[in-house]
This record gives sequence, C-alpha cells and structure tokens, in this order.
Amino acid sequence: MKYKTECIAMLLAGGQGSRLGALTKNIAKPAVPYGGKYRIIDFPLSNCINSGIDTVGVLTQYQPLELTDYIGSGQPWDLDRLFGGVHVLPPYQQIKGTDWYRGTANAIYQNLGFIERYQPEYVLILSGDHIYKMDYSKMLDFHIRNQADCSIAVIEVPMEEASRFGIMNTDAENRVYEFEEKPKNPKSNKASMGIYVFNWAALRYYLTEDENNKNSSNDFGKDIIPAMLADNQRMFAYPFEGYWKDVGTIDSLWEANMDILNPKMSLELDDPGWRIYARTRALPPHFINGRATVQNSLVSEGCFVDGEVTDSVLFSGAVVEEGAVIRDSVIMPGAVIKKGAVVQYAIVAENAVVGERAVVGKRPEDCLDKEKWGVATIGPGLQIPAGKIVEPKAMLGL
Amino acid sequence: MRSKNIMGIVFSNTNDEKLSELTAARTIGSVPFGCRYRLIDFALSAIVNAGIYKVGVVTKRNYQSLMDHIGNGRPWDLARKNGGLSMLSPYGYAENGVYKGKIDALYGNLSYLECATEEYILMTDANVVANIDIEKMIDRHVKMQADITLAYKKGISGSIYLDLDEDGIITGVNTDSDATLLGRNVSLNILLLRRDLLIGLIKNAYRHNFTDFGVDVLQREVGNYKMYGYEITRHALVIDSIQSYFEANMRLLDKHVRDEVFDPQRPVYTKLRDDMPARYGFDAKICDSLIADGCVIEGEVKNSIIFRGVRIGKGAKVENCILMQSGRVDKNCSLGYIVADKNVHIKEGRTLMGYKSFPLVIGKGLTV
Repeated sequence: MKYKTECIAMLLAGGQGSRLGALTKNIAKPAVPYGGKYRIIDFPLSNCINSGIDTVGVLTQYQPLELTDYIGSGQPWDLDRLFGGVHVLPPYQQIKGTDWYRGTANAIYQNLGFIERYQPEYVLILSGDHIYKMDYSKMLDFHIRNQADCSIAVIEVPMEEASRFGIMNTDAENRVYEFEEKPKNPKSNKASMGIYVFNWAALRYYLTEDENNKNSSNDFGKDIIPAMLADNQRMFAYPFEGYWKDVGTIDSLWEANMDILNPKMSLELDDPGWRIYARTRALPPHFINGRATVQNSLVSEGCFVDGEVTDSVLFSGAVVEEGAVIRDSVIMPGAVIKKGAVVQYAIVAENAVVGERAVVGKRPEDCLDKEKWGVATIGPGLQIPAGKIVEPKAMLGL
Repeated sequence: MRSKNIMGIVFSNTNDEKLSELTAARTIGSVPFGCRYRLIDFALSAIVNAGIYKVGVVTKRNYQSLMDHIGNGRPWDLARKNGGLSMLSPYGYAENGVYKGKIDALYGNLSYLECATEEYILMTDANVVANIDIEKMIDRHVKMQADITLAYKKGISGSIYLDLDEDGIITGVNTDSDATLLGRNVSLNILLLRRDLLIGLIKNAYRHNFTDFGVDVLQREVGNYKMYGYEITRHALVIDSIQSYFEANMRLLDKHVRDEVFDPQRPVYTKLRDDMPARYGFDAKICDSLIADGCVIEGEVKNSIIFRGVRIGKGAKVENCILMQSGRVDKNCSLGYIVADKNVHIKEGRTLMGYKSFPLVIGKGLTV
C-alpha cells in the first residue's frame, strides 16, 4: 500500500471573483464556464493529472455548492483514487473555534492535517483563476535541480503592463533576489503566475510563523514570499512560455474565449497529448439547420443553430433560433437566443434567454463614444424581454 | 421501488452478418451511430433510465470493440457494487464452444440467471434505435398480469411480425418477409418476463435442441402463455441492413425524431472522449447536419452525420454522408452517399458517390 506522495497540489478555489459580476453571483470563479464545454478549474485539474500529480486538495469557501458538485468524485479528471485523488476542502469547525479562510496562506495552514497525511516532499500551490496548459512536473524538476526552497512560475509580460503584476527580480541563474507587488517602476517583466512549488518542510515552517504573526494578512504574495526572501531562502523563478490568461474580468473572460477562435493561438485545446478534461452532461450532437450559417466559431454538444453565428463560442445546449444573429459573443450552456434577436460583443450566461428581436451589445465601430463601449453581460437565468435593447458594457443580473 | 426487481439482458450480436462491412471487426452493438453513439447505447440507456442497474451483456464474437466501448459500464452508471454490468462471454460452459443462438447463449449463462434474485428479466437486442420508456412497459405488464410482454412498432422493417387481437394479446408470431404487407406489427425484440419463466423456457428449448428464440420459443408458446404486445408509438427503427443503418442515421436530421430519441428526460449515455467543441472555419458552410465535438470543419457539409474528431478541408463538399470518428476529408473532395468507417482518409480532390438506396461503405482505416 502506498503511504507517501512525492508532490501534492493545493488548489485555491475560494475566491469570489467579484469583477465577474453576475457571472459569479451564485458560483465560485473556478466554476465559471469557459471554451464551449469547460470550466476554469478544468485547466489546473487537467494539468495536474497530465503532470502525474494525482493528489489535489481544492480549497473552497465562496459559493461552493456548484463547484463541489462539479468536482464530485474527481472521475472526469481521473482523480478518483484509492490513495490521493481530489478532495474538496472547505473551512471547518475546530476545537479552538470556527474560522473562515482568512487568506491564501491561512487556507493552506488550516489544512496542514490534510497535507501531512500524504507526507509529501513538495507542495504545489495553484489557483483556479487562469487558463493555461502547464507541465508541473517540469517545474518540479527545475525546483529539485536548483535545490530550491521555493520556486515561483513566472511569465514575461509586456513591460508597460508589468506594473499590474507581482514582479520577480532575478539574477542570471533565475534566483529571485527581490519581489515587488505591482511596482510603479518595474525592474523586470517576469510576472508571478501564482503557481508555487515549496519544499514541504520550509512551507510548513513559514505557514506556522505567519499564523503566529498577528499583523500578517496571511497571503502568499504579500507575506510568505517576502518572509522567505528576507531569510535568504533559495527561491527561483521558473520561466513559463505559452498561453496564460487571467480571466478575472468580463473583458478578459471574453477575450480568452475569442482567443480559441484565433488559429495562431497557442492554447491548442485539441492536443491529444494534453487533453483538458471536463464533467459533461449526456447531450446529443449539435444540429445546424438549413438556413443557418456558422463561421469561425466553436459549437458544442446539444446546441441547435438556426440563425447566423460568426466569430462566437456556443456552449453545450445553447440554442440560436431562426434569424437570430450572434457575432463576437460567448453564449454559455443552455442559453437561448430567440428569433430575430441580435447579440454582439456580449456574454450571455447559463440558461439566460434573450427574447425575440432583442438587441444585446454593439460593435465597437458602431459606438460613437468609445468610453461607453464594452462587452455586455446577461447574468445566469435572466429573461430579456422581446425587443429590449441592452447597451454595451451593461451588466445585468447583479 | 419496483424497478429494482428487474434485471436486463442485452444481446450484442443480433444480425451481425447483415451489416457486413461495418461489423467486420465489431458486434452490431458497437456499430457507431448518430455522431457519437454506438447502437448498444440506446438499449443500455433505456434500461438504466428505468432504474434497472443490473445488466448482463451477451457477447458472441468480435466483441473486443464492444468491451472497449462498455468498459466497466461507468458512462451508463453501471459500475455498481451490487448488480451493475456483467459481460456474459461465449464460453460460459465448455461443452459446446461458442453459442449458436439466444437459447444456447442463455443456457450457457444459466448460473448467472439462477443466481439472480430479481423477479423479472428484460431482454433486448442491441440493434434498435429508440428511446423506450421501459417503466411504462413494466407497468403495463403488471397491470395485464402478462406472462410475456413484447414491444413492437407498426410499419417498420424487421424480421419478426406479431398478430394481435383487439385486447393486445399476441395471437401469432411470424417470420415471413412479405414486403407487400405494410403497417404490420414488427417485434423490436424487447421482451419482459418473469425470471423463473425464462429459465423454464430456456431449459425446455435446450432439451429439444432448439436455437432460435423467436421461432422456437415465442412462436411455439403463443397459445400457452399470456403474451401481450406493447406498442411503441415514438420513433423506433430496427437496424438490419446497410440501407436501414443509413436511413436510421439520416432520420436523426428530422427534429421530430431527434426530440423523441434524445428526450432530455431520458438521456442517451455513451462513452466520453474529451474532445474540444467543434470548430468551424471562415469558409465553412453547413446545413441540416448533425455534428459531434472535436470536428474541424472548413468545407461544405449538407445533410450529413459527422462523428467526433472528423476534419473536413477547405473547398470539400460532403452531402448525404455518414463520416465516422477521426475521419479526414482533404481539400476539394466531393462526397455523396458515403458511409466512411472510423479513421478513413479521403485525399485531396477525390470524388466519391454512392446512391441513396446503395450508400458506398468505406472500411475502417482505409485511405482513398
């Protein structure tokens, strides 16, 4: 019987993702649908199993029902295991009292017991906020090769955007000598991806120290990493190349969906060597009716298309009725676009209904005041009455 | 719950020989159908949707692809501790080698039947495309205090015909194939009976060296038992030839048929493949087609059934075709009335035409 796991992953999935507005009103951000049939959390979970990491703790807090239900036994990701597998870890009552997860570091601290069960050498910390494919085993090799205490995955961002990120300043050997959170004058463009590998012994020590520090905000980026740097621990920046996108805002979520339609995009969801797994409902194939046109779009199972769909992503079970026009939009699972409606530059959330001849969103070129343009969002389950006009940048259902 | 008192038996090999090319390396149950399914999915899904979670799948030969598809039965929620899925292999008993017919097959698995505790057995073939509400059939069986209930559909093609009286009691079971008689009651070979009755019938038939369940058991016993017909009013087709296979696929392009077959109240389950959604290119033109996940379509597709992971290149025209999993149609091809099995590759610029009543079948893995 196996009793030890070299590396386990802890996935921080408790965030509210408040900038996604109505989309995260009732669900946690990692459960937000993406790419026709996936949810954001499918990416870190699939990366784990594809990297050979079969023990994953998922830390939930905000609106966990849908996420917990979605993860279930972990079977879609092959994470239903006799030893290890995926475990949903919500905050719980303890003898000394009841406590919410006060920060990313505190969430891990409260689950020391879970981690100890596997006696790991290394702990991989992940977040459920990004769309990317990454082989964590390569990062682990990098960590071991450098005899590091902590490795932080970094991606090079355009210098002018660097001040929006946590920036790692490194020497020629990738060793981190300084970490700056959203610096005004960044010295490097190596942005932290929020993916860390720690030696378990070192992490346990710093988590405990941090917990005892009453002034700490109990956050990895703000507290743990600076404390380890201050102690001159061996910290290395693991350079990642490839597609990586934070989908924390409506615009970035929309863009990340549009990126799939770009043939030059490097995410490659159809790579047989790195499949992205998802829990799916048993839906029939999609049907494209006689009068429909579908161009440069992604269409999922269970869809019915009788209108015009261009440059858009249709999620499982979406319906586009006769004469409806969908352009540059994201139509989430089970949404219905009624006859003659026009949806442009919009996100229509799960099971929302856009009534007949309603008009949602506008093309940027049709907007005189550029300041007023933005992606329009229809919240989950909303019914937009027939003929209604929904302005660009609107956020309905909050 | 009454449903728990029933077990299912699915025959995966009925009519194998009639679909020659498609069943060259598989059972009829594992013949791909309707973009993402295998024929047996309809039988298995109907059974579990009726709350029956103990199913034996009878295999005979060529069942490697069937085993690969069914696995431990998880997609149908049949990976159970109690009951669940059992593969009943053709070597159930050493004496006679591989089964000859259903009677032989069931006799070889008598211990499986005798060890079961369920009161009823639902027996079905794996070549019927339908979404049958088995619970209703059970209700009717109990209400009529029937010995045997046999599902039938009016006016389709098949091989066993039923004569019914005005009360729905079966008065005759015929196997003649008089095509001039339209609107006959065609048996779907889905039948419900008590387990002890089935065991008795099988033992008796085996002693008499009978092999054909339809002829030797049902036909002979017509007057001896209370046999009721149960009419299926929704869409149902029996696949027993390349033509009926083609036709049954094409019927899915009719919304009415799809609504009946893919009733969201009773989903049809199948093995998952984790493909990304289908992608359509800038010049794609699609109409009246059913398309699965994982396809990349850049050409024209009309009136067709496109399975998972098929790629259709620019300028290619595909009309009235069934293209199975992972097929490739290169640029500027023109295809009509083609049934391409899995992994078929049609190279650039080829033109291939079958005819409506004679669809051209291209075998698994071939390159044209």
